[in-house]
Amino acid sequence: MTVYLIRRLMQAGLVLAVMSVLVFLGVFAVGDPIEILISPEATQFEKEEARRALGLDLPLWQQYLVFLENAVQGDLGRSFVFNMPAIQVILMRFPATLELALVAMLWTVLFGVPLGLWAGLKPNSVSGKTIMAGSILGFSLPSFWVGLMLIMTFAVMLGWLPSTGRAEPVTMFGITSSLWTAKGWAHVMLPSVNLALGQIALVIRLTRAGVREAMLMDYVKFARAKGLTQRRVIGVHVMKNIMIPIVTVLGLELGSLIAFAVVTESIFAWPGMGKLIIDSINLLDRPIVVAYLMMTVFLVILINFAVDVLYSVLDPRVRLKDSGS
Amino acid sequence: MTETLVVENLATHFFTKAGVVKAVDGVSFRVGRGKVLGLVGESGSGKSVTGFSVMGLVDPPGRIVSGAIRFKGENLVGKSEEAWRSLRGARIAMIFQDPMMTLNPVLRIDTQMIEAVQAHERVSAEEARKRARDALGQVGIPSPEERLKAYPHQFSGGMRQRVAIAIALLHKPDLIVADEPTTALDVTIQGQILAEVQSLARDTGTSLIWITHDLSVVAGLADDICVMYAGKVVEQGSVDDVLDHPLHPYTNGLLGSVPSRNRRGEPLRQIPGMTPSLLSLPQGCAFQTRCPRADAACRHNIGMTELREGQFVRCVHPHQEALA
Ligand SMILES: Nc1ncnc2c1ncn2[C@@H]1O[C@H](COP(=O)(O)OP(=O)(O)O)[C@@H](O)[C@H]1O
Ligand SMILES: [Mg+2]
Repeated sequence: MTVYLIRRLMQAGLVLAVMSVLVFLGVFAVGDPIEILISPEATQFEKEEARRALGLDLPLWQQYLVFLENAVQGDLGRSFVFNMPAIQVILMRFPATLELALVAMLWTVLFGVPLGLWAGLKPNSVSGKTIMAGSILGFSLPSFWVGLMLIMTFAVMLGWLPSTGRAEPVTMFGITSSLWTAKGWAHVMLPSVNLALGQIALVIRLTRAGVREAMLMDYVKFARAKGLTQRRVIGVHVMKNIMIPIVTVLGLELGSLIAFAVVTESIFAWPGMGKLIIDSINLLDRPIVVAYLMMTVFLVILINFAVDVLYSVLDPRVRLKDSGS
Repeated sequence: MTETLVVENLATHFFTKAGVVKAVDGVSFRVGRGKVLGLVGESGSGKSVTGFSVMGLVDPPGRIVSGAIRFKGENLVGKSEEAWRSLRGARIAMIFQDPMMTLNPVLRIDTQMIEAVQAHERVSAEEARKRARDALGQVGIPSPEERLKAYPHQFSGGMRQRVAIAIALLHKPDLIVADEPTTALDVTIQGQILAEVQSLARDTGTSLIWITHDLSVVAGLADDICVMYAGKVVEQGSVDDVLDHPLHPYTNGLLGSVPSRNRRGEPLRQIPGMTPSLLSLPQGCAFQTRCPRADAACRHNIGMTELREGQFVRCVHPHQEALA
């Protein structure tokens, strides 16, 4: 276990290092921030001054080394726009994105698993087929269009829910979140549903496939031969087996929800990281973009790791061990 | 004496897209209290489906279409799912062929045994656990207390089958359907398991339906034999009668393919050809395509005839010379 952990940490470090080079190079190739930040009337001298102050006059590899040295100390540069440490700007936005992603995840589990279970147990019924048809829609309708339709229906026509923004966060039990208030839930409702639809469709299909496969297994027949109720056979024997792939996929999806909630956050003006990154790209605020991408990679690595650990808890046949030697 | 199980004209069909598969087509047999019935036949002859029918575990597209399954005098066909459930595992238990697949891989042995106890009796988890431990000890699993905490993959195939047997024995059932429980195991383990199940069943007065494709397994174990071919019983009788003077050419063929001390030095004879598809059976006897004695008369359907007292056969040209 310890060897496994060390190995994983080293792999994670390597991925981060490679990523840092790629990100740094990729971002450097995009435009010249001086042209945007400094007023066009500034003299050549003023521009040079600004360039020097921001460290943009150094050769590329030196800029990278400076970046790396600072990064190791937890400093991913200062935002040109906010004039604050980039990481701090991102962390300020992170809770909003996390909140949105977690609520979307909640809908995914709450609706995806039961609907998939139903569709898997009654594949030939009208309800089962309807669920599957619905899941195809969930997959194929573009997220921005669904988002606009949600706003049209529930905000404009019915007026039930607010269409944009996040409610003022409140701190309770040491956790600051907008979800402590009813208003917060009203605000998060439309964007989270928008974000969740594709995930729900995915989980429905995954659950259904898992259930149909598991129902044919000998261990299900044996469980029934023991005289267990259908409820226990499905709730324990089938569910425990299909939870393994579902948890894996959900974990990985949580990573991408956090990282790529860009479209949803833009449509619903949700003040999270996704919206920040779009704004920063427009303004060529390089440190923010670099910090955001590094942070995302870090997060995905972290989530993958958590999924691995969870996997071994769920599946006794998998034990975390040093498979290399 | 009331029989533990009487199966009459059982028909279990699968309604598939390709057509109706008559996996079990008019099967009758009886198993007396404490008796062992050997259900024999090549793979695909409908043995497992017969076993699942007796358990009420035939899944769609399959269904029992007619016949009766009388368990201690009571017909189970048409009973509610709850009535079946309360019998399953309690009065009628089943052991499956592949021990690697029958235990749930992600649940501990104790979970799987305790739930089996509690499915039929209102006892505390503590009491159920004690029962589980004793059952494991009974089937020869060393240090059962610790093994309860293990997962199936931590057991060998033979040990897993012992666990399955222990589960089947938990409620001292009246009948156990054992569907080729030793086929997937090493020969030495096969022998041990066979001997153990036999003695355990004898101790508790449990009747057994022992399904196998291997006549040599049944020879030392069964009281009666039922030979199945393509969903029908072709010969049945006491184990001595059927093995000493088989009347059906198919039984004869099966016996010829089993090594025997009496015929040492003779080559083993295989039955030529393959089991026919159940979707395209010939008119009349299903075995005619592979039978050395077949002629035009075999194209007519024929019932079971009692050619010897207690020995029945479904054949136009039985080996009557064996009776002489
Ligand atoms: N779920 C099913 N759908 C269609 N046909 C089936 C199904 N299960 C079993 N059968 C058919 O029933 C026949 C008998 O199967 P089985 O009882 O398993 O044979 P055995 O146990 O004697 O090897 C086989 O020909 C098989 O094709
Ligand atoms: Mg079988």
